[in-house]
Amino acid sequence: MFEKATTTSKIGTFWKSFKFAFYCMSHPLDGFWDLTHEKRGTYAAANAILILTLVARIMKLRFTSFVFDPVYWEDINIFLYLASILLPLALFVVGNWGLTTLFDGKGRLGQVYMATCYAMLPYPLMQFPLMIASNLVTIEEGQFYTLLDELSLVFVVLLIIAAMGQIHEYSMAKNLLFTVASLFAMLVIVFILLLFFSMISQGVAYFISLGRELLFRL
Amino acid sequence: MKRMIKIFSAFVLSSAVLAASTMVAQAAFESSYTYNYDYWGDVQDSPDFYNATKVFTSVDFGLETPFNQPNGLFVKGEKLYVCDTGNNRIVVLDRTGKESFAVVDIIEGVKGSPIEKFNAPTDVAVNDEGDIFVADSNNHRIVKMDKDYNFLLEFTKPNTSTIDKDAIYTPAKIAIDTADRVYCVASGVNKGLVKYENDGTFSGFVGATKTPYDFTDYIWKRIATQEQRAQMENFVPTEYDNLYMDYEGFIYAVTGKAEPSDIRSEKIDAVRKLNLLGSDILVRNWEWPVYGDLYMGNGGGFEGPSYFTDVTTFENDIYVCLDKNRARLFGYNDQGKMVFAFGGNGNLDGYFRKPIAIEHMGHDILVLDTLDCTVTVFSPTEFGQLVYNAIEQFDAGNYDVSEASWREVLAIDGNYDLAYIGVGRALLRQERYKEAMEYFELKYDGENYSKAFKQYRKEWVEDHIGIIVAVLLAIFLIPMAIGKVRAVRYEIRTADIFKR
Repeated sequence: MFEKATTTSKIGTFWKSFKFAFYCMSHPLDGFWDLTHEKRGTYAAANAILILTLVARIMKLRFTSFVFDPVYWEDINIFLYLASILLPLALFVVGNWGLTTLFDGKGRLGQVYMATCYAMLPYPLMQFPLMIASNLVTIEEGQFYTLLDELSLVFVVLLIIAAMGQIHEYSMAKNLLFTVASLFAMLVIVFILLLFFSMISQGVAYFISLGRELLFRL
Repeated sequence: MKRMIKIFSAFVLSSAVLAASTMVAQAAFESSYTYNYDYWGDVQDSPDFYNATKVFTSVDFGLETPFNQPNGLFVKGEKLYVCDTGNNRIVVLDRTGKESFAVVDIIEGVKGSPIEKFNAPTDVAVNDEGDIFVADSNNHRIVKMDKDYNFLLEFTKPNTSTIDKDAIYTPAKIAIDTADRVYCVASGVNKGLVKYENDGTFSGFVGATKTPYDFTDYIWKRIATQEQRAQMENFVPTEYDNLYMDYEGFIYAVTGKAEPSDIRSEKIDAVRKLNLLGSDILVRNWEWPVYGDLYMGNGGGFEGPSYFTDVTTFENDIYVCLDKNRARLFGYNDQGKMVFAFGGNGNLDGYFRKPIAIEHMGHDILVLDTLDCTVTVFSPTEFGQLVYNAIEQFDAGNYDVSEASWREVLAIDGNYDLAYIGVGRALLRQERYKEAMEYFELKYDGENYSKAFKQYRKEWVEDHIGIIVAVLLAIFLIPMAIGKVRAVRYEIRTADIFKR
């Protein structure tokens, strides 16, 4: 009776789906399959993990010992710093979805986003303790810190690859191929965006000069 | 009337304030004479480290014939030797006071030698017995004479297959060690320093660049044709510009003759400290390379990296390099960190037109300008003296005196990275680790911070060992106890005797 009440309440479903991220982390293949096919994940939890990741990235600047991460504060732009996560994420999600839809991937755009966010959980999970640990070790013991620091990123990448395979229902080889292909898709998107912006600005400049010319003549 | 005075005084006052504020604003845009780089490589203006006390011309020295393209300086005790290349002579001067020199002698040649007259001597060195060594460049020899200028020895072109037989041998700069061995920079020799034994025989080259083994180069060379391979020759020539024998017998050698790109990429070191074996033992613990100006823009009509043309080393291991490109002096300490940088091209005192040689007397620096034919004497300012005092007291082991001196430096210049690290190091030696850590953290000195932190952590653990053990025990014991209790309760609940 009590059990049932929590699952139906909003916070209860959020908690349950959030906790499912830990299951995905320890059982990637099974977890990410259930994430979409059994509808165990929610966007709320995905957003929460993304926010946690962003917070971890910013807090890392301030709370990591200067020995490992000296920060030139004069040059830090917090929005650019956040964009360094958000922009690649958006590009990857769109690029991956755009590509996999063409090659019978089963995942939808939202599902790609949700799975990618779920896969990012190890980053905040490892970075917060690492921030504390960095203040407790000397430069000679820093090898452990840098190793774990890199490991958190490797973990995330492996989880993302596993997640993509499961939600698109791809075989291993096909999955790897399309993960690499998504990176190229990201490049293509960036290229087209740049092209688009420069074209638009040229077009606008043309009409502005046309207008100026008219004003001169009139 | 009163009102008029009031308005007038207000006007005067406001205009004075306005003028003062614009002056301040102007001063803020002009960079100072002395500067330094911080951890991030940003230029930090600095109070003057050295003052040009006096600029000595030939007239000030009391010379009848003025200098003509002088090239070399040498200091032995209070005696200053100037190599007056254009007049084929060596002028010996004695420092009689802080701002006065007296001519002791003028050496024009060597007695009892096949060629008696000097021909464009470029450098001179004197040993403890008073024997004088002269790099007699256009006579293609280095000549050794006793203190009465009688000929003793001659060091000539090395008879070795590695030097072209027909090439003209021109010794340019020399240094001697305590055993009277001669080290020589000869123009056109790009295999390092030419080393002679004290009996005049050539004994080899010292301090050539080691060509690093590069795997990609090897691959390319396997593919390339014979002609392409010849073009790719990965030989980095070592053509030194000048050398200096320091008080410990190490040779400081500088070069600017390399390709600017090689200096920028640190393929060639602008400064090297060579030991007896000829290997480079210069400590480079700074965040930035030891090659003078970090920014090589073409401001003021000068471009490219600093061109180190001479170097001198104090007894406190601070070495000063002379940049002939932008006419600046760069001082580095034994860790390779910049202590000061000052100077520039110009006609004012303390600026140069073509500086060529640098020497030191005590803490004073002497710089020879070959175009102006002047010797500029620099003396440390109060700021400079404080820094030197702090460094020397630290080396002597008086850490509290050193700390006090560094703190005075900080009171004068709060942007001086070395002072923070200096205070930190002095505190570290006084076992005040927590304070030391704060000073190191301010200037991002991770290496020293870790040293202090290691000790601090050790102390902390020793002080709190009771609590640490208690917490660790609690972490293990409490869950264990809870588990035990749960197990017992489960046993009781499921025990047969309690079942209905």
